[in-house]
Amino acid sequence: MEERNLTCINCPMGCSLKVKIYDDKIEVEGNICSRGREYAENEVTNPKRTVTSTMKVIGGERSVVSVKTSGEIPKKNIFDLMKIINDKSVNAPVKIGDVLIEDVFGVNVVATSNVDKL
Amino acid sequence: MERDLVIIGGGPAGLAAAIEAKEKGIDDILIIERDKSLGGILNQCIHNGFGLHIFGEQLTGPEYADRFIKKALDLGIEYCLNTMVLNMSKDKTITVLNEKEGLFNIKAKAIICAMGCRERTRGALNIPGTRPSGVFTAGAAQRFINMEGYNVGKEVVILGSGDIGLIMARRMTLEGSKVKMVLEIMPYSTGLKRNIVQCLDDFDIPLKFNYTVVKIHGRERLEGVTIAKVDENRKPIAETFEYVKCDTLLLSVGLIPENELSREAGVEIDRVTSGPIVTEAMQTSIDGIFACGNVVHVHDLVDFVTMESRLAGRMAAKYIKGQLKKDEEVINTKGIDGIRYVVPHKINPENVEDNVNFFMRVDNVYKNVIIYAEHDGQVIYKAKKSMVSPGEMESIKIKKDVFQNIKSGEIKFGLRRA
Repeated sequence: MEERNLTCINCPMGCSLKVKIYDDKIEVEGNICSRGREYAENEVTNPKRTVTSTMKVIGGERSVVSVKTSGEIPKKNIFDLMKIINDKSVNAPVKIGDVLIEDVFGVNVVATSNVDKL
Repeated sequence: MERDLVIIGGGPAGLAAAIEAKEKGIDDILIIERDKSLGGILNQCIHNGFGLHIFGEQLTGPEYADRFIKKALDLGIEYCLNTMVLNMSKDKTITVLNEKEGLFNIKAKAIICAMGCRERTRGALNIPGTRPSGVFTAGAAQRFINMEGYNVGKEVVILGSGDIGLIMARRMTLEGSKVKMVLEIMPYSTGLKRNIVQCLDDFDIPLKFNYTVVKIHGRERLEGVTIAKVDENRKPIAETFEYVKCDTLLLSVGLIPENELSREAGVEIDRVTSGPIVTEAMQTSIDGIFACGNVVHVHDLVDFVTMESRLAGRMAAKYIKGQLKKDEEVINTKGIDGIRYVVPHKINPENVEDNVNFFMRVDNVYKNVIIYAEHDGQVIYKAKKSMVSPGEMESIKIKKDVFQNIKSGEIKFGLRRA
């Protein structure tokens, strides 16, 4: 059995959760509503995050464009994704919603701002 | 030059106010923006989490701004960029400066102040020590990294657990910097819980409560800081002094509404919020000068800025058309027993739409309390809260019909134990 302490992020209460992970089940203590249980279960089985960053732009009025993942990726892959984003560059112009990297960890990396040509 | 409505500031507050005023029939609108693009600080807030209340989805800052910029352009709202307002006067004349047209005056029928806020700096804290490079406000570092494409340092200490500091802890970690710790002088964080978990806990960055920086070291570049635990009066305890090596110190120690223009015009300022005293119509103490967004009080969520600014835009439109009732008899609002401030400060029931949205902040962390509003000893509103914190703004809606029987006096907002 493994034990982990988490803080629920669903509301300002921020319940301190104690999660006990057994082979066949997960027990959650300290939550005052069902959202706390659900949050804890996801966090210990398959934590996921949306990642936002910037990517290098060539020939643009700005040198970087802001980007995000189109969905959540496994938390353990965040730094792998950062390396992929930082190794890439894109030619201006870039428009909001442009797909800059396709199908990486199950999502796309898309632009979240506009960068015009210089 | 003469204009019906001038809006000072092209960030989320100014854009939402302009769009709303335009949709309510005011055609002659000018937004004045000092930066080179519209959108304000949202442009550098590339993280997501904006828009849950307004759009029902999570957007990044630039995406949230873009929705309003597009709408403003579609509606043909005029704006000028790289333009600074130098002065605003009681008679609603503003003095404006830019590279193209030089110095000129604009006389407006109404003005909406949407100048936002700025960060407190090292100077405001009086941290002793040398003056090396490497000491940034969190927002300045955010602009360098997210918009200019420069990371600002490798080994980082962050003072203050406000949201921008937390967001920057994650941002710099993702870009390969080592964020050693976040120090908070108070026993609680003013940042959102979500940010503490996803920006600090996710990357095992320690958050030390009751801690501050007492000295800055280094000649050319920052070499380290001396940190210390503080006592209950927030005074550093000498025995706890500790040297921490770092090349970068980020300050996330509070925001101040930017009201130099308001003050020069003679707008009455609330000493707690550092923003204008406003009515139910977001009108300041000067007839025809309105204010909305972070220039009035610092918000946690841009969604609330948008709501407040839409109200200001609607009411300014009414004012220009001569439909806004003068505040002859008003109800004053006041925070007591744990409520630090309440916005709006004055209510003229005749101008109330369907309800009044009161925004307020508490002075400490409380669990299991009732937020109540009373007038002349009568409770007119109450709601149970499992927890309130200075870091999370409270918002209370009171329906129009409550104001039927109240025309003057004072509404007091307070906390009591549930």
